[in-house]
Amino acid sequence: MTDVSHNRSRSGPKTSSGGFSLAKLLLEGRAFLALVVIIVVFSMLSPYYFSLANFLTMASHVAIFGILAVGMLLVILNGGIDLSVGSTLGLSGVIAGFLMQGVQLQTLGILLFPPVWVVVVLVCVLGALVGLVNGVLIAWLKVPAFVATLGMLYVVRGAALLMTNGLTYNDLGGKPELGNTGFDWLGFNRLFGVPIGVLVMAVIAIIGSIILNRTAFGRWLYASGGNERAAELSGVPVKKVQVAVYMLSGICASVAGLILSSELTSAGPTAGNSYELTAIAAVVIGGAALTGGRGNIRGTLVGAFVIGFLSDGLVIIGVSAYWQTVFTGAVIVLAVLLNAIQYRRRVRLPSPTDGPSTSPQQGKARTADPAHEKIAG
Amino acid sequence: MNAAPQFEPAPADTVLAARNIVKSYGGTHALKSVNFDIRRGEVTTLFGENGAGKSTLMKILSGVETPTSGSIELDGRPVAFSSTVDARNRGISIIHQELSLAPNLSVRDNIFMGRELRGATGLDFAEEARQTRLLMADLEEDIDPLTLVQDLRLGQQQIVEIARALSVDSRILIMDEPTSALSATEVEVLFRVIRDLTARGVSIVYISHHLEEALQITDHAVVLRDGTITATAKAKDIDLEWIVRNMVGENFDLGSPPAGYAFGEVALSIEDVSIADSSGSDRLVVGRLSLDVRAGEIVCIYGLMGAGRTELLECVAGRLPAAGGRVLLEGDDISRLSIAERISRGLVLVPEDRQRDGLVQTMSVGTNLSLASIGAFVTGMFLSRSRERSLVEGSIRDVRVKTAGGSAPIGSLSGGNQQKVVIGKMLTTNPKVMLLDEPSRGIDVGAKAEVFRLLGERATQGLAVVFSTSEVAECLGIAHRIIVMRRGRISAEFGAGVTKEQIMAASGEAVIASS
Repeated sequence: MTDVSHNRSRSGPKTSSGGFSLAKLLLEGRAFLALVVIIVVFSMLSPYYFSLANFLTMASHVAIFGILAVGMLLVILNGGIDLSVGSTLGLSGVIAGFLMQGVQLQTLGILLFPPVWVVVVLVCVLGALVGLVNGVLIAWLKVPAFVATLGMLYVVRGAALLMTNGLTYNDLGGKPELGNTGFDWLGFNRLFGVPIGVLVMAVIAIIGSIILNRTAFGRWLYASGGNERAAELSGVPVKKVQVAVYMLSGICASVAGLILSSELTSAGPTAGNSYELTAIAAVVIGGAALTGGRGNIRGTLVGAFVIGFLSDGLVIIGVSAYWQTVFTGAVIVLAVLLNAIQYRRRVRLPSPTDGPSTSPQQGKARTADPAHEKIAG
Repeated sequence: MNAAPQFEPAPADTVLAARNIVKSYGGTHALKSVNFDIRRGEVTTLFGENGAGKSTLMKILSGVETPTSGSIELDGRPVAFSSTVDARNRGISIIHQELSLAPNLSVRDNIFMGRELRGATGLDFAEEARQTRLLMADLEEDIDPLTLVQDLRLGQQQIVEIARALSVDSRILIMDEPTSALSATEVEVLFRVIRDLTARGVSIVYISHHLEEALQITDHAVVLRDGTITATAKAKDIDLEWIVRNMVGENFDLGSPPAGYAFGEVALSIEDVSIADSSGSDRLVVGRLSLDVRAGEIVCIYGLMGAGRTELLECVAGRLPAAGGRVLLEGDDISRLSIAERISRGLVLVPEDRQRDGLVQTMSVGTNLSLASIGAFVTGMFLSRSRERSLVEGSIRDVRVKTAGGSAPIGSLSGGNQQKVVIGKMLTTNPKVMLLDEPSRGIDVGAKAEVFRLLGERATQGLAVVFSTSEVAECLGIAHRIIVMRRGRISAEFGAGVTKEQIMAASGEAVIASS
């Protein structure tokens, strides 16, 4: 047992991380660092970039992706992926637009104009339902998450197109005499100068953070994402957690859809096309592992800001949209590359220093099965 | 008994000589200065319990792993294998214990994987198929070369694995448990093939848990225990008892069953439980098995690989569905309950594979320890951090986990301490029945003794303990009762006074007239 006390004396300073940690700090805080670099560079390139007004405008663009990304983070922490959020966002806007035009009840022969809060609730329920379908397909029917949500991507988008016949609902303002005004509040109003969308993102991020860090559900989510089999044997209701995660992601998509259609005062069936990819990119840039179990809200939000501030900055300095796409792609690849380095270091680094702690079983597993390394860290 | 045989110059007919081989994984020594000779045209069998280092030694000889120190001489010249391909090119091939076939490919493609025959127009499939047919004829197995490996039963897959090793003209063929899934007739065929090979001058290294079977085919016996060679002899000079004696050793003491208290009521009752084979065949891996365990009792289930121990424990814990029968916990039928419900009723499982089923590697020591008892520190909607901390600290003290603290990453612990975390996690749920599947797997002797002492302690407080093992010495430690499983059934039941030989006889490992 001498080796164990040896290990103990080593791991003490290591966890509190004393001396050499600049590289580690740079690696772990890289998303934040990237954000700072982006702000500094664009501020130098354009006089318009560094101003409160511009930051708030950019933040309201970020809000849409930020909200999607929080939902996506939950799914990715669980070891899954949700490709259907962009479509859900689009359908949510369309449904909101449809409800704002009034619902005709044929049998009664009346036209119902639901108040805005009812519209919001119904649209969120719709998002949850899409998530429920995803979750049931994945958790109980064992369809791979990628395939299930890819299918829902098409189905939901198709539903949005069918509902509108490909057209766009333009009049979302409501009428005072019908008692359904206020939809544009979400997209246009400001509270203490901050756009409502940004505040909604902040509230969702705070709620998400509390769920992840302070509730049993959050712990279950991390555990079943880190090792589903171990979590299940520890009594974690892994299937229910999985379904709930997709439902939460769906709700986030619906909220983002409401904000977007309110900002545009119109709801088109193609809104949010490919937004799911931006959300995934934000989560990945924020340091979450696509294999599940690692990541947090703070990182994801920073990731969303990196993408948003970068692409808006490119617009401001007049770089063509095509180049923007190239830059965004490069940033994503770079982020994943750094992720790979970070998680490989976590596995590899301990072996020389923490050598004694490695059992022969582990040692064998590591050399024999490279796939195992990803989770062994 | 002297620890290691004296160094002696290799006899003239030695093809391969391993000298002073040491293999360490961190601080754990899997092999401690091992000398091992392989003789031309003869069968050398390596005996030893699980974890004795047999597979590690074979992996070194076949180039899968490199030794920490020591040398290997091939035909008297020192060599270092850089890879399995390197070793194979020098005439050494290995049949692995775990099948290494691609199930989605045909028999032909598996046999020629990585060294496909090239013809004038791409691959020469016809020639590959022809050679495959010859190999199958040699092994007296009627398998079409184009059959997918996944459509073969396990024994036939093992034949394919053997055929693949035979297809490379090797001078040294290492067989690590080649017969574990073979029928008696198939074993006979394999033995005939081995005799043919040795007659042609091929050297065989043989490893098997079926001691009797191995003794039939071998010329030399080498016994490995805890990384050291404890005995070598010519097969004609020895018998099964010699092997068992040298394998198990005499000086291994894991304590005695806790005594001085009366058992309580029946805590766990397994009634006629059957479990179907997961591969979908009609075979039952466990057939109508019944077992009662009382509060405070420690029951050990001994059996070879494939005897159905893991399946039984996983079924009782709720991971595997039962094909029939019931499981009762303190008289209540829990057969239909989920894993979580069984845990809350007081039935927990410590799984066999710590890394795969026991730990969440992305989380800390503390969050792993508290994972199964989150309900105990939730106030309203939120986790109480202070209560979690005191629970984790209590648990670390309780099961004596050596760690820098609850926030240390789980990967920073040694295997034994990781195992204690898995056990501690389940103990914090205050269970009535604890199932442990191979709790000593991959941990050193000191940690092993500590784990068993902990279980003994809990048993005196009324915990019913059922643990499985494939190391016979462990049965003789703290267990009040020893159940031997063989092919999904209980083949014998012993009290604490049983001998190792009796246990091994009942498991099908060796038939020895009881002494």
